[in-house]
Amino acid sequence: MSAVLTDTAGGADRTAVGPLGGATRPRRWSAAKLRRRLTVLAFIGPALAGLGFFFVYPLLAAIYFSFNRVDLINPPEWVGLANWKFLFHDLNVRQAVSNTLWFIVVMVPARIVGAIVTAMLLNRVRRGRSTYRTLFYLPALAPPVVATLAFVSLLKPGTGPVNTLLAKVGIEGPLWFSSPDWAKPALVLLALWGIGDLMIIFVAALLDVPTELYEAASLDGAGPWQQFRNVTLPSISPVVLFSAVTGVIATLQYFTQAAVAASVASGDAVTGGGISGTFGYPEGSTFTYPLWLYTVGFRNGLLGYSSVLAVVLFVVAISVTLVLLRRFNAFAGSTR
Amino acid sequence: MTAAPMTTPSMALGPTTAVALRRANGKRRRNNALIFVAEHSVAIALSIMFLAPIGFLLLTSFMSNDQQLTADMWPRTWHPENYANVFERTPLPSYLLNTVIYAVSATGLMLLASVPAAYALSKLKWRGRTSVFIAIICVMMLPPQVVTVPLYLMWANFGLTGSLWPLILPMLAGDAFSIFLLRQFLVTIPDEYLDAARVDGCGEWRALLKVVLPIAKPGIAAAAMFQFFYCWNDYYGPLLYTSENEGAWTLSLGLASFRSLHHVDWNLATAATMLTLIPVVILFFFAQKAFVQGVTLTGVKG
Repeated sequence: MSAVLTDTAGGADRTAVGPLGGATRPRRWSAAKLRRRLTVLAFIGPALAGLGFFFVYPLLAAIYFSFNRVDLINPPEWVGLANWKFLFHDLNVRQAVSNTLWFIVVMVPARIVGAIVTAMLLNRVRRGRSTYRTLFYLPALAPPVVATLAFVSLLKPGTGPVNTLLAKVGIEGPLWFSSPDWAKPALVLLALWGIGDLMIIFVAALLDVPTELYEAASLDGAGPWQQFRNVTLPSISPVVLFSAVTGVIATLQYFTQAAVAASVASGDAVTGGGISGTFGYPEGSTFTYPLWLYTVGFRNGLLGYSSVLAVVLFVVAISVTLVLLRRFNAFAGSTR
Repeated sequence: MTAAPMTTPSMALGPTTAVALRRANGKRRRNNALIFVAEHSVAIALSIMFLAPIGFLLLTSFMSNDQQLTADMWPRTWHPENYANVFERTPLPSYLLNTVIYAVSATGLMLLASVPAAYALSKLKWRGRTSVFIAIICVMMLPPQVVTVPLYLMWANFGLTGSLWPLILPMLAGDAFSIFLLRQFLVTIPDEYLDAARVDGCGEWRALLKVVLPIAKPGIAAAAMFQFFYCWNDYYGPLLYTSENEGAWTLSLGLASFRSLHHVDWNLATAATMLTLIPVVILFFFAQKAFVQGVTLTGVKG
């Protein structure tokens, strides 16, 4: 807009000067253009530099490192496809992939369903809605390490309050974070506890559903389930897609809770550097893909093979992101 | 809800209308009361479930050493001195200081670079704008583990591993998520405000400072809070860069290996955990509105 204004002003100026002005016109023009470009560059420059330094360069470097033997001391040494071939013989990566897939299949849908249910409840309650909203949201604020510590003590097999309560009603509680079968479900409970951010998104999405649609549906004799199925769900489906994609991306990098739960539940002496010794406890059941990537690179010192895992992770993550970007028009088009 | 259709036919029935109406209304009122009670019972039950884990931590943090690992939920005697003890007997003050330095400096630097970037992406027209925006979304979606190895080697070359600098310095270039959030906020500001400023002879910097910043305060507050919380909660970054140097540990990193490393009792560890949680909660209550708006803005527009 401002460019148009300056240009027309300049043009009017020129005509006043007469035929001689024609020669200077292109230069003034490009000077203004240059100024504008420099302004844009000053605004976006640091971000562009960051894009190059912390995204493009390391990405290309990771691809290069994946064909090399790399450690912290020696310069990279070309080994061809050796690292990539090892990927297919690595039993640990198989377990890590299957654990991460388990979390994607169970944790992501559980969180979305939980968020929709609590959001619908919140939108129904009139009195005290904002109090409930704050209370439901609060756990989402808890730092992951704090939340994990809380759940490990809450679900402590012997003396934890959950198993104590279960024992009172005659149920023998599971070993939770100490059982290979129950450690992952316990982490899902932890993820459900921190559902608040997703819930807030769905609260807003549900309020955006036009009430006329519900009125029309109820006039047609649609029951609550049919209304949800035919009115609510189609209206909020973009948000469901968004939360599914971001949920999968978040699960692909699921690290902190699994690492901390394993180290605290195992009760081993751990220091910051040695914490990876307890990763996956019990019996590798919580060993996720990023945990393995970290262990390979920074505990075993195989930075080349770790880069293979990183490149694979990038390909998977970018494919999932593309699902979202295909809806980019909805994304970027929200200019107003 | 179910009683609603009943009132309509009864009104058309003539003489019996009054009785039928009253009966129907009574039934509806009773139904409404039932629904009210049901909704609030569920909501209260859920509130208790959401609060219980924190409540349990809080109660444990006041227990005596003898009681800490028993099945008791309520402290028999209260020991607020646990909170003082944890400060004296562990490096908690150092963790706290490191965390504050990390969170505050990263947030400040992030804002300096991200606000102009978001302005360029929303209020300036230039070729390649859409591509850059897509690239920023991709970076935002990228798991940090993808670029970990080359970045670690780069910072090791600079001799900065073992400190929090590798996590703070990149903020000079802004943060992808914050740029995205701010851009989503800035596009909601009508262009007319800016055009008016430009006609008055404002350059883009002055337009940003004098026109956009005052309107965008809630968005900037939300972005700052998200960044602060991200740093405060961050575990992966400090683990990666500082695990060998305990002097640079943050609260999250310290807490995770607290008990075994410093042989402190569980009640003290929970006191430290509560101390990590409390600032976050306080900050949230001060800026709840901006925060909720920020969550909605990044989520719903998808």
